[in-house]
Amino acid sequence: MAVYGAGNYRASQGRGTAPGFSFTVYAVLAIVLMVLDRRGGWLVQARYYLSGAAYPLQLAVSSPAQAWHWTQAALTARETLEAQNAALLTRDRALSLILMRFEALTRENAELRGLRDALPAVADHWMAAEVVDVELNGLRQRLLVNRGAHNGVFRGQAVMDNYGVLGQTTRVSPWSSEVILVTDPEHAIPVEIERTGIHTIAVGTGDPDSLALPYLPGNADVKPGDLLLTSGLGGVFPQGYPVARIAEVRHDAVQPLAQIRATPLAHLAALHEVTLVWFQDSHPAAPVRLKNGETTSGNPALQRQPAPPLELLPLPHLPRLTAAPATASAPGAK
Amino acid sequence: MMERTQDSFGRMLLTVIVALVLSVLPLPDWLAAVRPAFLVLTVMYWSIAAPRAGGIGLGFFCGLALDVFRGAVLGQNALALTAITYVAVREHQKIRLKPSFQQALIMLGALIVYEFILFAIDGWTGHPITSPRRWLHALTGALIWPFAAAVLDRVRGAH
Repeated sequence: MAVYGAGNYRASQGRGTAPGFSFTVYAVLAIVLMVLDRRGGWLVQARYYLSGAAYPLQLAVSSPAQAWHWTQAALTARETLEAQNAALLTRDRALSLILMRFEALTRENAELRGLRDALPAVADHWMAAEVVDVELNGLRQRLLVNRGAHNGVFRGQAVMDNYGVLGQTTRVSPWSSEVILVTDPEHAIPVEIERTGIHTIAVGTGDPDSLALPYLPGNADVKPGDLLLTSGLGGVFPQGYPVARIAEVRHDAVQPLAQIRATPLAHLAALHEVTLVWFQDSHPAAPVRLKNGETTSGNPALQRQPAPPLELLPLPHLPRLTAAPATASAPGAK
Repeated sequence: MMERTQDSFGRMLLTVIVALVLSVLPLPDWLAAVRPAFLVLTVMYWSIAAPRAGGIGLGFFCGLALDVFRGAVLGQNALALTAITYVAVREHQKIRLKPSFQQALIMLGALIVYEFILFAIDGWTGHPITSPRRWLHALTGALIWPFAAAVLDRVRGAH
């Protein structure tokens, strides 16, 4: 009897406790949980273990879909595979041609920036993760992937596919993590328009093939077809990765801001595999983290520099500061 | 008496797990939009048919499970489900005697209240979803109620 706890206890008691009492207890408990979860993040640890416990069921639910993908892959005909292989070889040749030029450009860029050695790539290493086919919330654009804290995944890690930026991890469990896609209404990504260098923010709309750019003025230089790159601000994505292409620019005479829509480059609709990326913190293109005003990671050239000593600045035309206090107090004298 | 309660508890747990799986099963987009809240309906059924087997605690823990699976604020679904379970447990004798059409109408009301609590908490925590799609499941949930109740009656061993 005691095995089942309160529910059974009430059952054996006849009338049992009044429903109003237990309602109050559970409602207060739920509200306390919500407050704790929102403020201070005291439940992060509890959540970590709870999601770990939920993962086996999520895997089980996902297994029929996974089995289907596997069967499809196993039954692919030889001709299809050959065609695919030929296409991949062509693509590989094209990419190596681009890469050859890219390496030369990297070296040139490094020399221009006055660095002696050619720069290492900004991406340090990457890991493929499979998407677990579970419905998280139909109204939000989220994914569950099968890599978690045990694989070194951390919160706020960049997630990409072969075509562009996909999103970032929001919640990390022992063996899985939740990815918020760039199209989620709660997601915003700092971007830069490649053609003009204008910085702005691309906000998710909840629609899997549309991003909104709500903060550009009506007279901004934006055209359909412009490429949006990550700007390196915001501390998650390094600079220069493709995000989306402008699809539509509308100017409403009544609105002070332009209504701009962009289509994400990443293929968000049919995702089976994603790539988790780790970046080098000291690379100039690495994401700049600004937390409480400190800028201790990211590009060293953009960080706080010691000011040169005052003696180094010669002021030949002005009288010495110690000589005449009246001149020293006037700000215009310098 | 003991045997019967234990048996009924086991069956309840089984239906709850099946309902949870149904509510996280991946579906194509158009079907996911009209997917009824299976777990909520199951909890409502048990609160009306056997209010002492699970009661309000069942509502709370199923809501918490939904929170964990959906990645919502911990306690959001728990509070909403606790609230409608409370009403169902309190009024179970009246609701039980109604014909299934009226029961479906009551479910429609309960699901709208449930979704409204979620909506309000979404708003207070700063990420509202205003899409009308979120209210759609109340309608499909009410439509499916007579069938769901019949299936659950079978599982419970009534009739």
